[in-house]
Amino acid sequence: MLVYTVRRLLGTIPLLLAASLLTFLLVDLSGDPLADLKVQQPPVPAEVIEAEEERLYLDRSLPERYVLWLTGIGGDGDIGLLRGEFGPSVRGPDYDIGQALADRLGTTLRLVAAALLLALGLAILTGVVSAVRQYSAIDYTLTFVGFLALAMPTFWLGALVKEAGVWANQQTGYTLFYTVGATSADTRGFTAWQLFTDHLGHLVLPTLTLMLTGYAAWSRYQRTSMLEVLNSDYVRLARAKGLPNRVVLRRHALRTALIPLTTVAAVTVAGTVDGVILIETVFQWRGLGDFFVESIKRSDAYALMGWLMLSGTAVILANLIADLLYGVLDPRIRHE
Amino acid sequence: MSDLQAPTSAATPPSADPPTDAPDTAAHGQLRLVLARFVRHRMAMTSLAVFVLTVLFAFAGPLLWAWDHTVHREILPNQPPSWDHPFGTTNAGHDVLGQLMRGTQQTIKVALTVSVLATAFGAVWGAVAGYYRGWVDAVMMRTVDVLMVVPLLVAVAAIGGNVRGGTTWWVVALIIALFSWTTIARVVRGVVLSLREQEFVEAARAAGASDARIILRHLLPNAAGPVIVAATLLIATAILLEASMSFLGFGIQAPDISLGLMIDNARTAAFTRPWLFYPPGLFIVLICLTINFIGDGLRDALDPRQTMVRR
Repeated sequence: MLVYTVRRLLGTIPLLLAASLLTFLLVDLSGDPLADLKVQQPPVPAEVIEAEEERLYLDRSLPERYVLWLTGIGGDGDIGLLRGEFGPSVRGPDYDIGQALADRLGTTLRLVAAALLLALGLAILTGVVSAVRQYSAIDYTLTFVGFLALAMPTFWLGALVKEAGVWANQQTGYTLFYTVGATSADTRGFTAWQLFTDHLGHLVLPTLTLMLTGYAAWSRYQRTSMLEVLNSDYVRLARAKGLPNRVVLRRHALRTALIPLTTVAAVTVAGTVDGVILIETVFQWRGLGDFFVESIKRSDAYALMGWLMLSGTAVILANLIADLLYGVLDPRIRHE
Repeated sequence: MSDLQAPTSAATPPSADPPTDAPDTAAHGQLRLVLARFVRHRMAMTSLAVFVLTVLFAFAGPLLWAWDHTVHREILPNQPPSWDHPFGTTNAGHDVLGQLMRGTQQTIKVALTVSVLATAFGAVWGAVAGYYRGWVDAVMMRTVDVLMVVPLLVAVAAIGGNVRGGTTWWVVALIIALFSWTTIARVVRGVVLSLREQEFVEAARAAGASDARIILRHLLPNAAGPVIVAATLLIATAILLEASMSFLGFGIQAPDISLGLMIDNARTAAFTRPWLFYPPGLFIVLICLTINFIGDGLRDALDPRQTMVRR
């Protein structure tokens, strides 16, 4: 197991390297960070543009830039992923991309973690209920809800939920729901408890919407895997032994039926990254999703590359954890 | 069958087209069976009917309806639904019904183009990887792995937002297709890996068929079932992606319109001007829902084993 873990960990290195090359080419080839500056009216002096090009290392060739971005060798110390520097920003010489990413990471992680946990719990619950009561009214209802969730544009639902919150606040005259931002605008003088409830309150509506992405994929999957297990011989044996239904379902069936879910759980992380961009835009959170959209709008190439590497690493890690977890949960899988 | 005859008649090149009668009837029988199973799938048939109606609405509608998706000075701005404008009008003076038709049209055009392009490319990619195995397979599928590391919306938004001079519908379709063929490639590779070991492939090879011919004429047609299902589901993915892109402002640009852009324009109107907010969202849900049900019906029709959890 240890050998396998180490081997898988080492295996992520070439994957990360390839991802970095893809990221770099994707961003670098798709646009010019100084395009806006060059067409500005009145025209910007040529010296200013040249100075910017030099500051952003745009005066170097493509392969040079990639090596520079990755290692920072030959740069001014503000670039080089391996040194923990993300590169200069078009927003100005004082803007630190790494700092901006770090500042926003917590906000986004809070939202993603809450949504994923909630989605997982709900998906397992409804998947099991659907399977146990196969072809009943509740199964059909839950199946339809699953299909609906799969077809729902997250951002539309988000906008609807947000406006509903605003409407409810107006109708009652109280702030029942927080609809804007990750925290209140002014949290000075808050006690720890107040700060906690404030964060929690702001989480409610965005989490409910973001949850849908994971729920849609997982609930169907959980139903199928639970059905397969329920129809297997060992469950029939457990029933034949006269075990109570509750024990059969919980101890025998559910434990096995959870294993396949670990593999799709990782795949859904990528979907949730997509979802978080849309949800943060709708609810005006100043998180990583918002940073991504802003970076595109400003053609901030190095910020975009840093962002892509961060999300890529998250997806690779999620897949790695799923693989390892699979081995732990399913004793039939042996890593020699 | 035909390839087996090739070596006996040395004059005809092995790539000569097969006599058409025998294999064709077999193919027709298969097709009829699949069709019969699909027609019995009530949900899928209903969805197909609704989808065809939506396509008619999007493509024939603009020819019949008085207003298109652009601003008209004769239109009273900001009006709730009325007989003249059944879906109301916008602040700027658009007829919402005209916008809906055009928006649905653009959305469907993008989604179908993505599905065709990504499926064609992904199928060939996956088939080549699965057929040759070894290092070719390793390199090709690692490429797929790396592409899958970047979340879809992130990739298409990053490129779409960087493209200068506005993104038209086919640019949007190209960008989405560029990143969404990977799922198809994986599906096809899996099928081809098992197909390539079967006798008919060996027979074709013994008859002197080239690799290209084996892949295109023997392997890919036999992988059609899973590919058709995956391609159908890809349409729904593409619709949601296009809508998300346009919503963020990196997809189809004004003065053109798409369903995602309509939602973006009406973001805060759910309770104040509901006629702007609900129709585009409901149309996206409707199209994706029908596509998913059609895909489900196709899966049941093409591969009955997959859904047969003992009843």
